[in-house]
Amino acid sequence: MAKKLPSVDALTIGFGWTGAIMAQELTDAGLNVLSLERGAWADTSREFATTFAQDELRYFWRHDLFQTTAHDTQTIRNDASQTALPMRKLGSYLPGTNVGGAGVHWNGQTWRFLPSDFVARSHNLQRYGAAAVPDTMTIQDWGVTYDDLEPHYDRFERLCGISGKAGNLQGQIQPGGNPFEGPRSREYPNPPMAMSYPPTLFAEAAKGMGLHPFPQPSANMSQAYTNPLGVRLEACTYCGFCEKFACGNYSKASAQTTILPVLMKKPNFKLRTECEVTKINLDSTGKRAVSVTYVDASGEEFEQPADLIVLCSYILNNVRLMLLSGIGAPYDPQTGQGVIGKNYAYQITSSVNLFYDDKILNPFIGAGAHGMLVDEWNGDNFDHTGLGFIGGGFLGVVQTGARPIETHPVPEGTPNWGAGFKKAIAANYLKSMSLSTHGAVMSHRGNYLDLDPTYRDVYGRPLLRMTFDYTDNEHRMSDYLTDRAADIARAMKPREIKINKRKGSWDVVPYQTTHNTGGAIMGTDPQTSAVNRYLQSWDVSNLFVMGSSAFPQNPGYNPTGTVAALAYASAAAITQRYLKNPGWLA
Amino acid sequence: MDEHRLSRRRLLTAGAAITAVPVAAAASALGGADVPFKEGQANAPAAVDNLTGWTWFTDVEAAFITAAVARLIPADDLGPGAVEAGVPTFIDRQLAGPYGSGARWYMQGPWSPGLPTQGYQTRLTPAAMYRAAIKAIDAAVVRESRGSSFARLAAADQDAFLRRMEKGDVALAGTDAKGFFAQLLQNTLEGFWSDPIYGGNRDLVGWKLIGFPGARYDNSSFVSQHGEKYPLPPVGIKGRVEWIRS
Repeated sequence: MAKKLPSVDALTIGFGWTGAIMAQELTDAGLNVLSLERGAWADTSREFATTFAQDELRYFWRHDLFQTTAHDTQTIRNDASQTALPMRKLGSYLPGTNVGGAGVHWNGQTWRFLPSDFVARSHNLQRYGAAAVPDTMTIQDWGVTYDDLEPHYDRFERLCGISGKAGNLQGQIQPGGNPFEGPRSREYPNPPMAMSYPPTLFAEAAKGMGLHPFPQPSANMSQAYTNPLGVRLEACTYCGFCEKFACGNYSKASAQTTILPVLMKKPNFKLRTECEVTKINLDSTGKRAVSVTYVDASGEEFEQPADLIVLCSYILNNVRLMLLSGIGAPYDPQTGQGVIGKNYAYQITSSVNLFYDDKILNPFIGAGAHGMLVDEWNGDNFDHTGLGFIGGGFLGVVQTGARPIETHPVPEGTPNWGAGFKKAIAANYLKSMSLSTHGAVMSHRGNYLDLDPTYRDVYGRPLLRMTFDYTDNEHRMSDYLTDRAADIARAMKPREIKINKRKGSWDVVPYQTTHNTGGAIMGTDPQTSAVNRYLQSWDVSNLFVMGSSAFPQNPGYNPTGTVAALAYASAAAITQRYLKNPGWLA
Repeated sequence: MDEHRLSRRRLLTAGAAITAVPVAAAASALGGADVPFKEGQANAPAAVDNLTGWTWFTDVEAAFITAAVARLIPADDLGPGAVEAGVPTFIDRQLAGPYGSGARWYMQGPWSPGLPTQGYQTRLTPAAMYRAAIKAIDAAVVRESRGSSFARLAAADQDAFLRRMEKGDVALAGTDAKGFFAQLLQNTLEGFWSDPIYGGNRDLVGWKLIGFPGARYDNSSFVSQHGEKYPLPPVGIKGRVEWIRS
């Protein structure tokens, strides 16, 4: 029997970016807030100090900061004709674990989506006609607009101290910024990062071709910064251990470096770590959540009642917990009915390697979001007529740091081992760079999440099953982006290039991105979405579901900026409206 | 001072400094053991003992590993290879630890070979895979009348055999040749280029070969110096070569 605990005003399930944001906002509104985190406490000085943070084997290859698949994982398959098998070893994506979640090992690439991204369905239908969106492409409008989210994007950028250059200030295009972005109310809180040689070479060539290169918006600090909560971050040192690593230097925005020093001091906030929620319990009407069941590190089970429950775990766990708790109708890909698990999407990436004889590029100097990019081919920034796809992505040079186990830039035709490999890597490591593309994935009827019929986690609960593949739309789009990248690469005058298009089915083995989206999508209609524009469940009025699970499809940008903006927008609706009159907000 | 209060203070002041919040709020803020922070417990990595003999491999297995990694990254006029870098010791210590036992991986059945896009699907842990594969490789060498073991083949014959494994063009009893080759190559690259505390990259030879400066955390003075050779020697978590050579 689970031991029943005293009730709290509000509970967050999970304590990463969105858990910390919601706990901070709800405690500010006077609520007693409890966060339950299944991972352990993690702080900079103990877990990833500068004296040992630069350890490629431990953190990336041995997954020290990532979710343990032994505990639970997903089963995966490319289509419903295959038998899904468990992802036994992490590869394509790297969900985080412990306090701070994946926000500890993220790159810090902090974007706003385009205004047209939020109305992807109606916008593309209007501009390109019905043929542009086939029946099997299940994209939807978000039910929230860029203008609705602008103040919340701004809030997160201030919290983090994002480094960047505005391209659109209140409708006025700004030289040096991204001219395609939506209007900003004000400039970024910090100037762009200093640029190493590879992004600089890219920007020069792109500019020469009439494009508009701009510095990547970055949660790596270009200078020391004190945020509105009074927490200070330090200037980034360009150590090159950011992507897949934690920052030992307080230079990358994370829950730990922006919110926790304030939140942890509040008398109306509690955090319990190594406590995993196994179920959200509903009352007899099924319309109200009364408590959660969780298991602590010793295996003891508890029931924790709460008036308001905010689901803040990673997207895949959000969707799974809703399915396991019987919240909302599970999606059926045959009929298209149901919503939980619908519109799972991902990201599609490709690259072009450049090799020089005459340039020392020092590719180990880097940071997670240290790059120069162009956005000419993202979203609907270009005319798609006759191209056979919708959507797009950004491309450019992001110098995250060429860690040597991971980074083996060798020309076409080089053997994978032996003397020839050794010679090629020795000759090219310092004189090569990579131009990458980062593309959207639309939602499609056959790409979805549900519960696996066979495989179980350590508690005996079904694993989440992921059925996903790239479609012609993604491949055509990504090939188009890669061709544009190759054009710029040639203009950069290297000795030679190597083009790496994304071919074939989605493959769980090579790392791609941890940008999983959808499965509990937002919208304006309970028949076609799981949560409303405030991320409130259509089925359970005191349950709010944060995270990229709300994305109806995945635009061509990294998700965290929008995840955080949606969390702030939800928090504002809760504190300004819901608490006065609990019930449905839409 | 009680431990929790000390811990909380350390938590709140370590690194991210508070400027706007009154310190007085701190004492009663946290609920006892809710934040399991202990001071002085940096979760630093433990260096392996790379002086004693084999921990996981038998002598026969060690002979295979030493011979195989010497072909994957050979010693030549560019400098030391995988053997000189300590890669066999690195792999041995990795297989003896949590990596070798697949401790972090989902290892519940049912088992099915699956499709290449579904990744690692063998029920063998990495350590068990090495044990089975090395036995099968030596058996295949004998079966094909090439010699008494892989380690005793001439270098050119070893290369040819490795190339066949890489293509999956050799039958190994109970083992997927292609899968094992990929694992062996990956672990070899890891041993050649990881921090020397794990037993490989001895004297930082892997990093010196390519010009990687190692576990440095401050490149800010050099980020804008385009096209110039990085002036500093490589350094490991435990320091420079001359400090850590035993």
